[in-house]
Amino acid sequence: MDHNLQAKISRRIAKDSAMKWLFGSAAAILVAVIAFLFYGIGADGVDRLNLSFFTNFGSRFPEKAGLKAALVGTLALMAVVIPVSMFIGLCSAIYLEEYAPKNKWTAFIEMNISNLAGVPSVVFGLLGLTVFVRAMSLGNSILAAGLTMSLLILPIIIVASQEAIRSVPDALREASYGMGATKWQTILHVILPSAIGSILTGSILSFSRAIGETAPLIVLGIPVIVQFLPTGPLSTFTALPMQIYDWAKRPQPAFADAASAGIIVLLIMLVTMNAFAIYFRNRSEKKLKN
Amino acid sequence: MKNTKILATLGLACSIFLAACGGADGNTSAKTSEGLSGNVAGDGSSTVAPIMEAIVEEYAQAEKDVKVSVGVSGTGGGFEKFIAGSTDFSNASRPIKDEEKAKLEEAGVDYTELKIANDGLTIVVNKENDWVDSLTVEDLTKMWTEDGTTKKWSDINPSWPDEEIVFYSPGTDSGTYDYFNEVVLEDADLVKSATLSEDDNVLVTGIKGDKNAIGFFGFAYYESNKDALNAVLIDGVQPNAETIESGEYTPFSRPLYVYVSNAALKEKEEVRNFMEYVIDNSADMADAVGYVRLPAADYDAAREQLKAVK
Repeated sequence: MDHNLQAKISRRIAKDSAMKWLFGSAAAILVAVIAFLFYGIGADGVDRLNLSFFTNFGSRFPEKAGLKAALVGTLALMAVVIPVSMFIGLCSAIYLEEYAPKNKWTAFIEMNISNLAGVPSVVFGLLGLTVFVRAMSLGNSILAAGLTMSLLILPIIIVASQEAIRSVPDALREASYGMGATKWQTILHVILPSAIGSILTGSILSFSRAIGETAPLIVLGIPVIVQFLPTGPLSTFTALPMQIYDWAKRPQPAFADAASAGIIVLLIMLVTMNAFAIYFRNRSEKKLKN
Repeated sequence: MKNTKILATLGLACSIFLAACGGADGNTSAKTSEGLSGNVAGDGSSTVAPIMEAIVEEYAQAEKDVKVSVGVSGTGGGFEKFIAGSTDFSNASRPIKDEEKAKLEEAGVDYTELKIANDGLTIVVNKENDWVDSLTVEDLTKMWTEDGTTKKWSDINPSWPDEEIVFYSPGTDSGTYDYFNEVVLEDADLVKSATLSEDDNVLVTGIKGDKNAIGFFGFAYYESNKDALNAVLIDGVQPNAETIESGEYTPFSRPLYVYVSNAALKEKEEVRNFMEYVIDNSADMADAVGYVRLPAADYDAAREQLKAVK
């Protein structure tokens, strides 16, 4: 009897440590892959990261090639994407959570928004090509690409904002109404201030997706060989992922180093944005506790 | 109180991005009095792209106010945009197809075909492959055409190893594939076991890693990987600058083209100016990026073609 129990216990302990190893090695594989990626890219690209890499346009000489046009293009693209997607996304989320009647129709719309978040980006590219580039004849401009990217990330922003608004306790709303505040006053002074942290977290993560997306840009026909900076929203431009993709396909190995350096720049941008997202999340969590 | 601060931060973030965009305005140089200005848009073959990049790089120094942008959607993708009227010129690594001609006619786009350089479509094998030296087009057709059998090196020549051939080919959207299809496959199916990739560096890596591999791509990719790959002689002719320029490396010495819209040439002085610049500089730039210049007479002919469009 006693011996039996002993065996059972040691079996359980063995199982326990086996599972610990399983989970641990899964995490280790992930870390190893990331370390390998960073090491590979870092070793190839770090030598190229000097000032001229940022101030030169593309070039047939790999050692002279820079990403000035691509970097400015990406920033200009975000200048369209951020206000457009934030404005439409936040407004839609407020409407769906605070104003829309809770009926089947609203549920249907919400379900479709969630499904849109899973649609491949290349489909949004085709939509943008048909609507913005051709029908509205915006050409392959910053505006056309920015609107396409905004559509791509809108579903994510709406869903994230809805969840943030939903997590504001009803007690706060009721207290506000109790004080005689209108719905708009409640939204502006009570709901948004407590939800804005999580809204920003979700939005910033989706902005970093918009920065890294290549497929829609290829479909829109965004050029790669560009020796000028954009002059306005209707200007032609190129973007970081396009430039990196082009360099990676070149026959000369030195272009691969330029591609690695470009990836480092892109990664730094993404990590910085994600750090902001984490900062806003922590701040809003702290505020909710107080 | 706090909420206004947060909204203000958000507003500030937006305006910083807008300023980054607006900052670009300040960087455009003032227009020179006699210089040209305007936009020239092109798209097309990724094979032609390196030459175009070199030309555009030089042209940007010569004509600071003409903004040339060139995409790399592939020969077929470039023609689609050319047909839709969104580009002034289209780069191609094969001659225009009949169906593309028909669509251009339907869309009312008149064009001029200009040859700008030569490329040698190069058949390559692994460095350790010590049996293949020269192949004929018939050999290649036999190898690359799908006929339901497993292809072995010994099928081509009994003295070669009894091992399966591993095929690497550019993607079907590329002009390189179309050219190979025209010359070797003659519209028959490509072997099903072939690995296709739009990225030629994937082909290079694949062939480097397999003793039994064979593949093909533009001469520039072979030039950059000479140490790791062997080029196959075609009917005993080695692909190099001389044999490609003279056309002796046949049938794989292929011209690279630029198709330019006649309407754009007539209406936009900057398009004509850029095209003349392309013809004047293609020879040197082709050499610089690993392609092969055309005989001088061909460039003279292209100049005449441009002049004829009035």
